[in-house]
Amino acid sequence: MAGVSMLRQLNISGLTERLARRECSARESLQACFDQIAQVDGTLKAFLSYDVANAEAQADEADRLLASGVTHREKPLLGVPIALKDVLCHRGQPCGCASKILQGFVSPYDATVVTRLKEAGAVVFGRLNMDEFAMGSSTENSSAWTTVNPWDPTRIPGGSSGGCAASVAANECFGSLGSDTGGSIRQPAALCGIVGLKPTYGLVSRFGLVAFASSLDQIGPFTKSVGDSATLLQAIAGHDPRDSTSVPQPVPDYRKALGGDLRGLRIGLVREFNVGGVDPEVDTAVRAAVRQLESLGAETVEVSLPHSDYAAATYYIIAPAEASANLARFDGIRYGLRVEGRDPAELNSRTRGAGFGPEVKRRIILGTYVLSSGYYDAFYLRAQKVRTLIRNDFLKAFESVDAIVSPTTPTPAFRIGEKTEDPLQMYLSDIFTISCNLAGNCGISIPCGFTGARSDVPRLPIGLQILGKPFGEETLFRIAHAYEQSTGWHREHAPMA
Amino acid sequence: MDFETVIGLETHVQLKTRSKMWCTCPNTFGAEPNTNVCPICLGMPGVLPVANDEALRLTVLTGLLLNCEIPKYAKFDRKNYFYPDSAKNYQVTQYDRPSTQNGWVEFEFEGADPDAEGRRRTRVRITRAHLEEDVGKNNHFERYSGVDFNRAGVPLLEIVSEPDLTGSDMAYAYLRALTDILVRGGISDCDLEKGMVRCDVNISVRPRGQSTLGAKIELKNLNSFSAVRRAIEFESGRQIEAVKRGEALRQETRRWDDEAGITEPMRSKEDAHDYRYFPEPDLMPFAPTETWLDEVRARVPELPLARKERLMRDYALPAGDADVLTDHLPLGQFFEAAARGFRNPKAIANWVINNLPAALSAHGVRLADLRFGPDAIRELVTLVESGRISSKIAQDVFAEMFTSGAGPEAIVAAKGWAQVSDSSAIEGLADEVIAANPGPAADFRAGRTAALNFLKGQLMKLSKGRANPAMAGEVLERKLRNVVHSPPISPS
Ligand SMILES: [Zn+2]
Repeated sequence: MAGVSMLRQLNISGLTERLARRECSARESLQACFDQIAQVDGTLKAFLSYDVANAEAQADEADRLLASGVTHREKPLLGVPIALKDVLCHRGQPCGCASKILQGFVSPYDATVVTRLKEAGAVVFGRLNMDEFAMGSSTENSSAWTTVNPWDPTRIPGGSSGGCAASVAANECFGSLGSDTGGSIRQPAALCGIVGLKPTYGLVSRFGLVAFASSLDQIGPFTKSVGDSATLLQAIAGHDPRDSTSVPQPVPDYRKALGGDLRGLRIGLVREFNVGGVDPEVDTAVRAAVRQLESLGAETVEVSLPHSDYAAATYYIIAPAEASANLARFDGIRYGLRVEGRDPAELNSRTRGAGFGPEVKRRIILGTYVLSSGYYDAFYLRAQKVRTLIRNDFLKAFESVDAIVSPTTPTPAFRIGEKTEDPLQMYLSDIFTISCNLAGNCGISIPCGFTGARSDVPRLPIGLQILGKPFGEETLFRIAHAYEQSTGWHREHAPMA
Repeated sequence: MDFETVIGLETHVQLKTRSKMWCTCPNTFGAEPNTNVCPICLGMPGVLPVANDEALRLTVLTGLLLNCEIPKYAKFDRKNYFYPDSAKNYQVTQYDRPSTQNGWVEFEFEGADPDAEGRRRTRVRITRAHLEEDVGKNNHFERYSGVDFNRAGVPLLEIVSEPDLTGSDMAYAYLRALTDILVRGGISDCDLEKGMVRCDVNISVRPRGQSTLGAKIELKNLNSFSAVRRAIEFESGRQIEAVKRGEALRQETRRWDDEAGITEPMRSKEDAHDYRYFPEPDLMPFAPTETWLDEVRARVPELPLARKERLMRDYALPAGDADVLTDHLPLGQFFEAAARGFRNPKAIANWVINNLPAALSAHGVRLADLRFGPDAIRELVTLVESGRISSKIAQDVFAEMFTSGAGPEAIVAAKGWAQVSDSSAIEGLADEVIAANPGPAADFRAGRTAALNFLKGQLMKLSKGRANPAMAGEVLERKLRNVVHSPPISPS
């Protein structure tokens, strides 16, 4: 047995095996997380806060259940510490979306995913840093601080779920849940060298996820391995009567999709993604990954997503439009920050003026503009039509392939401050990920190598994105798992881990 | 110049559901502020709406009652505006795809031209009846304001009429007819005191004969039907005067001041609203299935006007009786149970409309607690019609039924109240009366025929009211005339 001090380096399946054999306790597993947070989070700054007593009580309860003979067959996450992005409601815990406007807000209820994690026995703890209201690609838009990349503390961890990715990559927790509206799970997972899954829209309940763009948002797991991703998705997926957009259909057994080769699978390479602007080392790594998939038995073919060029424009109309309404409720009347005024209108504008950061304001203004009378047809309505075309592109492509692969991001993690002055440059880091949200299908990012072949470039993780059909998560897991098992990139640890 | 007023109404009606529109909070009136609330209707971060199926059913049922089309596809939209009583600062409503559209309401209206049968009735077209959510209520105190969110998220129907109304009386009649229909359909209790019905008025004036509409002015803060009536009267007068003075009216929103009895402009900011409607992404479009629609169709009740006409036709009742039996549904149902298949329904209607409500209110008894059923009224009328008791005795029998609950036949038998129609018994009584009242008898014989009524009254008194009054009159008259003309005049 490895020493308890090395517990933090286990993945979820490794940890549950030990817990099942009673080689360690849930309380010790949680302590391993706390110790690592104490060790590295001063630099990493992934956690906004965590409630030690609440987490310890959950861990003690898990230990009681383990002692009474409850197995991981019954509760697959029994005793496993899982942390949350600051956008998911956890009863009795702060939920601030890394925004000043939700200062002091404590959630009065559990998000459905939190309820399901707890039912699966997980020890749910912590509030992970993010870009304010999930708007951003670097955590630099957090009102608290910028989380750093565990592979290089001068660089961003990605975003918006940067804290989720950094904490898992740095072994501060065994897995985390974040949200993905345009790439906010896959992009930071890629930049931090871990596995991040955006499930199909409607597979995971959004109840208790503070909405950014309701028709694009989806909750998904960050994990150290593909198998863990399947385990976490299994716990949180499935119809929820409290979310009208969650799909009432049975959830398959995702772990059964793991194992085996890729013979008979057809994998598409997108012609339109073959554009300039992709970092050469990223390009090299992804090409190698494609060859690896072929060597595992997959057949690769070129597919076309003809409307890809319009994805970013479409996204930056629809997402801000929905956000402008979703964020209207933060008005200083019922909860959160309040800056007094002479009348409700003044109270409201002062509160929002002081409470929202510049990127959030930018998107609210953009969204308000595109919905305004006289502009609605030209912007919002047209964007919805293009969205349908993009969705149809994917459906057509998936008639001939089982999955599509691409780089997750055009570049590895960039330097803190490098793109903050230019929002458009920042938006471009999502170009490979946003179509998937517009189409509503699923996508996963897995580690596929590192930069640093040249001496002037640091060693930074590179992510491979695999996109699947709507509710095609089993195929994603099958491909991702086969690739992962044949390469072993996931066994590489960040310097901070 | 002669002017006409063109009016359209937007009527908001709270639906009669057990729970609110998007959450499971109770939909009840009068609770302590902010006690019927939850994270969903308070617009907490992260919550999602789930549509109340009964509210959707009541909306479609309303559409059926108002002769509307029920589109195969409806959806919800967000209407964006900032106001403290709005928990999300957007209201979920149906913007361009409502659940019902293109209907009409028909109602009786004195100002309408009579039809071939002389009935005065009119139709107002319904543009749409769509479903939305109510907002909270602002309360202003001396030093601060508060918001009560108990009402926030209560399902609200907005019923929009075409500009078919021509005056305050017609608007009043329309509102009465509309709310009668909604109450009858179980859609809403339409209790104005509890704010269940609220109304906005769109009103413009134009020279009679002109087809284009004048500047549309919206009136708000109308809290009762009589306020609607008074506000229309004031505003149409104001607009006509303004036009006569040569002023150009412009589209605006005006607030009704009920105490002062005037309308006044609201802040111009209110006019400049751009609600930035867009489809509500948290809710799926609504496409009712045939089965679902059939279930709603099965709930369509008989509407007031149709009911009135059926009562008049099937029971040969006058309009006044049919009105009473329509307005008071339980009384009407009681009547129908008694009168169905009976040859003289009018006689039953008289009891049910006059005697029954009078007795109920005199004794403080509710119809539901009445000690006899509709059959007893039918039995009572049969006793009168067959001549077994007089109308006067029937009143006593009714009073006895009311207190004891016994059947009319049983009461008559027990009390010995059966009418005396035995001619030999009446002859004896007549002899007694003539002998005891020689004066009036002589008067009659002298040609003062009115004296017969007095003698008849005496006979009835002697019989304790049981003598058949018609027979009593006949026998007395024969006996008195016999004395005068003896022997009888033979036919010539
Ligand atoms: Zn509620």
